[in-house]
Amino acid sequence: MSDTRMSITTRDLKLWYGKFQALKGIDLDIKSGMITSLIGPSGCGKTTLLRCFNRINERYGNVTTTGEIKLLGKNIYDPDVSLIELRKAIGMVFQRPNPLPISIYENVVFGLLIHSENKPSRRDLDDAVEKALTEVGLWKDLKDRLNDRAIGLQLEQQQKLCIARLLPLKPQIILMDEPCSALDVEGTRAIEELMWSLAGRYTILIVTHNMAQARRASSECIFMLLGELIEHSRTEDLFLTPRESRTAEYIEGRYG
Amino acid sequence: MISSRSKLSLYGEKAIEWLIRICGVSAIIFVFAIFFFLFREGAPILREPGFNLWRFLTSTEWYPTSMSNVRYGTFALIAGTLSVTGVAMLIAVPFGLGAAVFVSEFCTGKLRESLKVIIELLAAIPSIVWGFIGLTVMNPLIQTVFHVQVGLNVLNAALLLALMSIPVMVSIGEDALKAVPDSYREGALALGATRWQVIYRILLPAAKNGLLAAVLLGVGRAVGETMAVLMATGHAVNVPHSIFDSVRTLTATIAAELGEASQGSPHYRVLFLIGILLFTLTFIVNLVADLVVRGINRK
Repeated sequence: MSDTRMSITTRDLKLWYGKFQALKGIDLDIKSGMITSLIGPSGCGKTTLLRCFNRINERYGNVTTTGEIKLLGKNIYDPDVSLIELRKAIGMVFQRPNPLPISIYENVVFGLLIHSENKPSRRDLDDAVEKALTEVGLWKDLKDRLNDRAIGLQLEQQQKLCIARLLPLKPQIILMDEPCSALDVEGTRAIEELMWSLAGRYTILIVTHNMAQARRASSECIFMLLGELIEHSRTEDLFLTPRESRTAEYIEGRYG
Repeated sequence: MISSRSKLSLYGEKAIEWLIRICGVSAIIFVFAIFFFLFREGAPILREPGFNLWRFLTSTEWYPTSMSNVRYGTFALIAGTLSVTGVAMLIAVPFGLGAAVFVSEFCTGKLRESLKVIIELLAAIPSIVWGFIGLTVMNPLIQTVFHVQVGLNVLNAALLLALMSIPVMVSIGEDALKAVPDSYREGALALGATRWQVIYRILLPAAKNGLLAAVLLGVGRAVGETMAVLMATGHAVNVPHSIFDSVRTLTATIAAELGEASQGSPHYRVLFLIGILLFTLTFIVNLVADLVVRGINRK
């Protein structure tokens, strides 16, 4: 059962917001080190599903979840699971870039500071900042203004920074919730390129509204409809030879 | 047809625009009018022979009705106001901001709504009723708990002022925290921050301007409060050496003595000068706060 090639597995995952059932029994296996995209019309539950994996949807009090979610072989609803450690291992990128209202430098080291018992040395922090910003391609542009407020950056840079701040924690999985929906064409391209450069080392799960993006920027693709998982296969298979008629109709743009 | 109608609505638009403009400008007019009025009544004393502004500010001797030797020293009154306000803020700021954080970040649903209503109810208690509480509840309580002779003192008044200024701090502080975008909380939580880390590292810095405004409104409330402190301080002209000393505040002095001072007399004018002093005090507090906020923002 605990297949090491699988980063995320769910069995019969159901979720209710109050009385409304948003997920109706999802069985899912997401492979390690790959980019998997989640597509489907608005309200199909793809963001809800994504937000299950770091248990951030528990912020709203009226959520009930049943079934099993295993991340890296560990059931995240086990009583001995620490939310803090879980969220350290699972990074999340949001729809609107949400850098914290502190400096660029502080954004990148925020994770390190909150997760270390003793304050890390200045040199360790400096190294982490340079490494993370280099990895997302921001170091050259920002290295002289690390103390500027992160909110003043362009949206594309903000979103890259939001990815960069995950990296010092060495997450195994990165969840992305429509990370490009606030960006223009150039910004979208930059983020997609960044995703490809991160793939392999990180398992990336991306929710997107944009079918073309799913096609460009993922190896596997999942199609969801009304809280159910309809189809999960390699991206080119799903778009070229969908098994389900509902998938085919969605891809053709009959609804959505 | 079309043109006549749009003309009418254009005039309507203009009229409303002017009305709103007047509303906006009226605040400035009122502030200046108040200042002018205070000055007209108080300033003539400055030209009076025998009146010394330096002594007015630094002398502790307040004998405005003495037959032989009238002395108008307000230092003890200033010290009274500052000590009571200061101690009140020491109590009110942690409680008020703590309550604001609790209501905004930890409470949900019914508890939150009922807490807000009750805290706002606290603001609705008339200050004279607070004075009663100071006289009849706090006074014996302080006497027995701290074994002091007099329960009407700095501590008593400061406790009342703290309770009176907490509601405004809570509601303004809560608004400030609620105004911090939820995406910051979510971003920090998703990185594995605890609730306390989110509050301490993200929310408080992000809401600092609003929280400072909350504290200042509380200070303003405390400096300006009259009736409750008149009843709870003991009303003794005295520079306090501990929180168990009785004092008298600037506001209470005006309230207690203005009725007896004949209009236009030096005593009357000095009381107005105290009014100007109070005005200046709150003005300085606001100005400093403004500069602090600007300083923080630039950084």
